Amino acid sequence: MEDALLLHRLQFAFTITFHYLFPQLTMGLGLIIVIMKGIALKTGNELFQNGARFWAEIFAVNFAVGVITGIPMEFQFGTNWARFSTFAGGVIGQTLAMEGVFAFFLESSFLGLFLFGEKRIGPKLHFFAAFMVFLGSWLSGYFIIATNAWMQHPVAYEVGPNGSVSLSSYWGLLLNPWIGWQYIHNMIGAVVTASFVVTAVGAYYLLAHRDEDYGKIFVRVGVIAGCFASILVAFPTGDGQVKNIVVKQPVTFAAMEGLFETAEGAPLVLIGQPDMEKRRLDNPLHLPKMLSFLTYQHWEARVKGLDAFPSDQWPTNIPLLYYSYHVMVGLGTIFIALMLAGTYLLMKGRLFTHRPLLWVLMLAFPFPYIANTAGWWTAELGRQPWLVYGLMRTIDGTSTMVSAGNTLFTLLGFIGLYFVIGLVFILLLIKTIHQGPAKTATAH
Amino acid sequence: MEILWYCVIAFMLAMYVILDGFDLGAGVLHLFVAKNEEERRTVLDAIGPFWDGNEVWGLAAGGTLYFAFPLLYASSFSGFYLPLMIVLWLLMLRGLGIELRHHVDHPLWKAFWDASFSIGSILLTVFFGAALGNVVRGVPLNSEGYFFEPLWTSFAIQPETGILDWFTALMGLVGITTLTVHGANYLAMKTEGSVQRRSRRVASVMVWGVLLVSIATLVAASSIRPEIWNNYADHPWGYFFPLAGLLGLTGMVLCNIRKQDILAFFSSATFIGGMLASTAFGLFPYVLPASTDPKYGLTVYNTAASEYGLGVGIVWWTIGIVIALGYFTYLFYSFRGKVRLHTEGY
Ligand code: HDD
Ligand code: HEM
Ligand code: HEM
Repeated sequence: MEDALLLHRLQFAFTITFHYLFPQLTMGLGLIIVIMKGIALKTGNELFQNGARFWAEIFAVNFAVGVITGIPMEFQFGTNWARFSTFAGGVIGQTLAMEGVFAFFLESSFLGLFLFGEKRIGPKLHFFAAFMVFLGSWLSGYFIIATNAWMQHPVAYEVGPNGSVSLSSYWGLLLNPWIGWQYIHNMIGAVVTASFVVTAVGAYYLLAHRDEDYGKIFVRVGVIAGCFASILVAFPTGDGQVKNIVVKQPVTFAAMEGLFETAEGAPLVLIGQPDMEKRRLDNPLHLPKMLSFLTYQHWEARVKGLDAFPSDQWPTNIPLLYYSYHVMVGLGTIFIALMLAGTYLLMKGRLFTHRPLLWVLMLAFPFPYIANTAGWWTAELGRQPWLVYGLMRTIDGTSTMVSAGNTLFTLLGFIGLYFVIGLVFILLLIKTIHQGPAKTATAH
Repeated sequence: MEILWYCVIAFMLAMYVILDGFDLGAGVLHLFVAKNEEERRTVLDAIGPFWDGNEVWGLAAGGTLYFAFPLLYASSFSGFYLPLMIVLWLLMLRGLGIELRHHVDHPLWKAFWDASFSIGSILLTVFFGAALGNVVRGVPLNSEGYFFEPLWTSFAIQPETGILDWFTALMGLVGITTLTVHGANYLAMKTEGSVQRRSRRVASVMVWGVLLVSIATLVAASSIRPEIWNNYADHPWGYFFPLAGLLGLTGMVLCNIRKQDILAFFSSATFIGGMLASTAFGLFPYVLPASTDPKYGLTVYNTAASEYGLGVGIVWWTIGIVIALGYFTYLFYSFRGKVRLHTEGY
């Protein structure tokens, strides 16, 4: 049983983590393409038009992989988490089905027009198609976050006679108080990724002295979008998430912060390794009283530590949870610094020739992916040992009829297949970037 | 309410089979009707703007099934674990084939993705047929409504079923022949020249195959699950569905002879819709019959979600589907007419 549970979790974690690498770029890039096309439509600037076409090419490949890796996610609710689906399908099925009916139809229909239809429908309608694709992907994000939010903080449900839950309020589900910050934070995280990617490609063109007109546009758009997004992702949205968790999942909060003991005037840990045997942090480096202040705006406020909760309620993997959280926040801080520096030089008109910073910007694009992944790990590990917080434990949600051997087989299959898909994806990306925006424009 | 949702899901699945069916069928034929680079691009361009949207009908049907009949979703997805995972992998390879092929201009790259698109499509049509076969035949459900089916146990039909036995293999044949004809009709409608000629020829021959396997399945299904005729006996208006199917089949033959490609395509769509509706009508109220003990069978009543959920669901579903049908009309309208590579393509 334990074996099977572990494999189901590993498979789900692996496939969702891989899936989410793609939608985050889709959602962020969708916005940036709309911005570029908007500027092109307003000013008639051909460079922006071609730049948008170039990114549409990358968008298409990324979207295809996102779609393809998304289908297994929907399947796995049934295949690997059958008891969870029987229990909660009446509620989370609503949001998942709405995602299909409202968001996926919209996205996929307009994507066809957006990618194939530029000559057929004219610039105005083409802008509209781009906007609808963007809207569809953000809608899809909303329904998925609503699903996840319900698992983090179940609301609007009733327990039926057969023990499974059913929906009791439609708007209650869609307006779950957990959704607000989570949705905005997550979407802005996606914009961070896209703006770093756009910046990195621009920086590459500038450094390599090729397609420099495009390089400038990409760096400018990327850095400005990145500056806004990096700040917003930390404040107010990240901060809002923290305040939600303190109230609704206090034990998760203590584990994320590595706070083993309840304290008044609790310190904020910057670095340190959780030691689960001795129940303390090794080598801590901290700011005294800062945690109390950040959470309650009061230096002496009392923050509950792990010791305030029975240990069977503790998240199952505290060290990984703690590291994920600190990686996200640490990277978030660095992003702000980096993008502020970029914006400053941009305003001074020196960014395009500042090779050291361009190098950093070019090499920085993987880090938002890491931050987003770490953020999701924080959310998902923090929810443990619950599958639906306070209602169903993860161990009770698996498919009993699927043996560990079968799951291991399919997990290995996914690893192999995703490895190949990842390679092909990277290959195509390098090829498209190498070919450059000037070429994609003439090919159209 | 449960009956309404049963119809909704049957409708969505039928839409899925009809729409994704034509691009799957095109995939089956890809290597056979399109011989050179230009012809292959024509086939891919003919389905390019549509296939993802078509596939979404399947996803949306899955999502709808999930919320309207949670136990059915959980039971069937975990029970069909291995075949579903294989279906997933095939869907992935096939989708990659369509999307990635044109990004690199190298013959080996193209040959590889052509093969992955075509083989993926062939296997998927067989699997989908076999899947329907499993539902008609029934699966070894236990008292809690769960089961697990290995890929095969024995080729004969017995209580401890596997995915493949002679009946489901026969249904697999129904799947591949029907969708091949459907895809051929689609290509004949959307293309010109040699691709069109070859597609028409495939359709004209294969349609007899469809007739043959359909009759065989009808006989086989009546002997394995004679109950499917009960609903027809109780409610004779149900004969409308098989008649529609028959009409579609006749239409396919006639229109093919007269080279009326568009009508032929609509005929094969009618045939598919009619046959699926007939099956759904016959199975009701069962959604997954048991091969073990009939009383363990899953019905629309013992798997449905709560009254409230189904009630609000019908409101947003109707709104959503009307909008979606609007998009589809607009999409198909924007890309109407034949695919022309030389002038400008899409
Ligand atoms: C570019 C990506 C990125 C960056 C820089 C940050 N985050 Fe984040 N964070 C995410 C991307 C993300 C995410 C992937 O979008 C998550 C996962 C689940 C979610 O809703 O958003 C997330 C989750 C998440 C959670 C957990 C929510 C839960 O348990 O349900 C908290 C508390 C924060 N974030 C707080 C912050 C703070 C205080 C940041 C300060 C810099 C920060 N995040 C930067
Ligand atoms: C909103 C959509 C999501 C839903 C509905 C969801 C749901 C689930 C479910 C059902 C599990 C398995 C049961 C469990 O271990 O609790 C799980 C685990 C997990 N998910 Fe998510 N997830 C979502 C998004 C994500 C994303 C985007 C990521 C990462 C990028 C992610 C990372 C993980 C990880 C790492 C686990 C394993 C945690 C563990 O088993 O300890 N999830 N999630
Ligand atoms: C367990 C959770 C998840 C499931 C069941 C799931 C399911 C899917 C499916 C089936 C698709 C393909 C849609 C199509 O054919 O057009 C898809 C794509 C997509 N998913 Fe997920 N997904 C999950 C997690 C997430 C998360 C956490 C996000 C972001 C917040 C997300 C955002 C998207 C977006 C924007 C797309 C559009 C295609 C793309 O971006 O590449 N998904 N997802």
